[in-house]
Amino acid sequence: MKHLRSIDELGLDGLNKLLQLTDHMAEINQRPVPKVPALRGRTVASLFFEDSTRTRLSFETAAKRLSADTMTFNVSTSSVNKGESLRDTVATITDMGVDAFVVRHKSVGIPWQISAWTTASIINAGDGAHQHPTQALVDCYTIREATHAQNFAGMKVTIVGDIKHSRVARSNIQAFSMLGAKVTLVAPPTLLPPDISHWPVDVSHDLDEVLAESDVLYMLRLQSERMAQGHVPTLREYSEQYGLTQKRVMGLRSNAIVMHPGPMNRGVEMQIDPSDVKNSLIHRQVANGVSVRMAVLFELLGSGSNLGGQA
Amino acid sequence: MSDSIVIKNATIINRTSQLVADVKIENGFVAEVGKNLKGDTLLDASGCIVSSGFVDLHAHLREPGKEEAETIETGSRAGALGGYTALVAMPNTDPPQDSVAVIDFVREQGKRAGLVDVVPSGCITLGRHGESLAPMAELAQAGVTLFTDDGNGVQDAALMRRALEYAKGLGVTLAQHCEVAELTKGAVMNECRCCTDLGLPGWPAIAEELMVFRDIELVRITGASMHFLHLSTKRSVELVRAGKRDGLPITAEVTPHHLSLTEELLSSYNPVFKVNPPLRSTSDIQALKAGLLDGTIDAIATDHAPHPRRDKEMSLDMAPPGMLGLETALGVVLAEGACEIRDIVALMSWNPAKIARIDKAHGCDVAVGNKANLCVFDPELTWSIDINRLASKSVNTPYLGRTLRGRVRHTIFNGLPTVIDGQAQR
Repeated sequence: MKHLRSIDELGLDGLNKLLQLTDHMAEINQRPVPKVPALRGRTVASLFFEDSTRTRLSFETAAKRLSADTMTFNVSTSSVNKGESLRDTVATITDMGVDAFVVRHKSVGIPWQISAWTTASIINAGDGAHQHPTQALVDCYTIREATHAQNFAGMKVTIVGDIKHSRVARSNIQAFSMLGAKVTLVAPPTLLPPDISHWPVDVSHDLDEVLAESDVLYMLRLQSERMAQGHVPTLREYSEQYGLTQKRVMGLRSNAIVMHPGPMNRGVEMQIDPSDVKNSLIHRQVANGVSVRMAVLFELLGSGSNLGGQA
Repeated sequence: MSDSIVIKNATIINRTSQLVADVKIENGFVAEVGKNLKGDTLLDASGCIVSSGFVDLHAHLREPGKEEAETIETGSRAGALGGYTALVAMPNTDPPQDSVAVIDFVREQGKRAGLVDVVPSGCITLGRHGESLAPMAELAQAGVTLFTDDGNGVQDAALMRRALEYAKGLGVTLAQHCEVAELTKGAVMNECRCCTDLGLPGWPAIAEELMVFRDIELVRITGASMHFLHLSTKRSVELVRAGKRDGLPITAEVTPHHLSLTEELLSSYNPVFKVNPPLRSTSDIQALKAGLLDGTIDAIATDHAPHPRRDKEMSLDMAPPGMLGLETALGVVLAEGACEIRDIVALMSWNPAKIARIDKAHGCDVAVGNKANLCVFDPELTWSIDINRLASKSVNTPYLGRTLRGRVRHTIFNGLPTVIDGQAQR
């Protein structure tokens, strides 16, 4: 595996392989000294053109636990502000000797464009509304951890919110479906792409209708600018229709799990404190983020050397 | 007396005739058509077609303002290699072609290059801002016959109505880039399944069709003549067909890329495939081809839009739309096999010459006494692009690696060869 850019490219075998590898990484993270020398001498550059807390910090932590060197590119203090092009920026960092770029960009397709300009591996940490494959890996791993299910056959996953602008949704729909889950999207038609008849999903505009059927309720973040763009009349109205309220939590099955990729918009899609939700996996999602990203880095950059030993 | 040129053994395609003969050119005109003609320069054309030179209604030559992408000279050379003898220069230059000074400059630069007739179009509105009319009468006096804000559609329906009324008085034609801007904010590609998967904002067909519909109705109440630029959707073709059936003075063009390339190409993430209007679906292509065959679409126009490499190395959303077209138009259209060679000559020469109102010098039959603006092409020759040998200053062609069929062998402009055996002469 050279790059991780989309779930599609990864495929079911790649997905399963990374999930298995994540188990090893989770074990390492349980150790008193959670660090191994697997990627000693390797350099991972973070290229984040968009803000991030979780993804960026978990990648950096993952790289360090595998003993890779990290390089952090800060757009606001870089020569990008002097007008340096993306291609020149990538070429410059490549010249310094890096083995992988972890890239987040507001524009769709940047990870693929960059792959043509560097010999390093590319990990897509989010490109526009297109793909966020490591988030999907995190979510699949987290569901597996909670349900002990090797595959998701028969599992009903409901994804609620701004599907149209969500890279998390696009990656997760592919990953959940690949593993056998039945995915239902719940959103007003304005927050769904115009034509999804070819996606392996059911669609509903009524959250209460599908709530009791769901094994997994996956809430997406609603950005406040969607109101200005006329996708929803008001956040209050959206919240009423599609937000997770105390009442809706009561309507969930007793073993149903609740997830959110973060960052949460409290009071919008989450009208309830997640700590008040019995089966919320939101903290597990964050915790597993490090293990999953260790697995990805090891798969792309490791030479098959063993994961044992101490750094 | 100047030297004479004889094109040997070509199949001459004229409006009402087709014959194999030699064509002798002297003093800028066709001097003789017949067998075994002698002359100072002989150009072999066995197995080739000779027709009137091609006329492109839609070329972005980028000068003045973006000479990094193209100049009038390099664009003219690309045109000559594509068999063109006249190019209508689009007005989205910097400064835009909304003043006599800029119009004169563009025309003069065209003459200086001397490779094709460069026919400047004028802006409909000042600065192409869609707010107030450009000095259309002054521009018409300076020789402008085609007005457009290409790149922008005129959004304000009342202003468009005024423009059509005013144009009618001047006897000029308005050409519209049909795009309702509110529906295409941030749009990168056709609104389709592929765009859904990519998470890109879509450019829906309705954004074009609404303006086609609006303008057909404005033509109906004003009686002014109107040309529709680069139609790209099935419904647009149907609307123009219905308008023509009603006898309205409308014409329309389609580009080679909208006849040959589809939306899925954007899933390569390569901005070379980003164009405005966007590449559409296979069913749109079928409808456009049907429109070519039944006369709904009058012309094939390139929308030649050079961009420097660094601009096309930006992300899909940031990269400017547009692709090269002049050097590949014939090869693409023939490879598509959408119509007969005679139809192609009509669509690429006779009809556009008439729409641009340059039909005294261009798009004329290959006959004694007519201006010698001619194209000689081999309709069977297959070839592919060598990106290092493009005459254009830019390299944003979407046809790399594709096999094209039909290639220009010689081009004669004003009686002089600009291209011999596929090589530019100047």
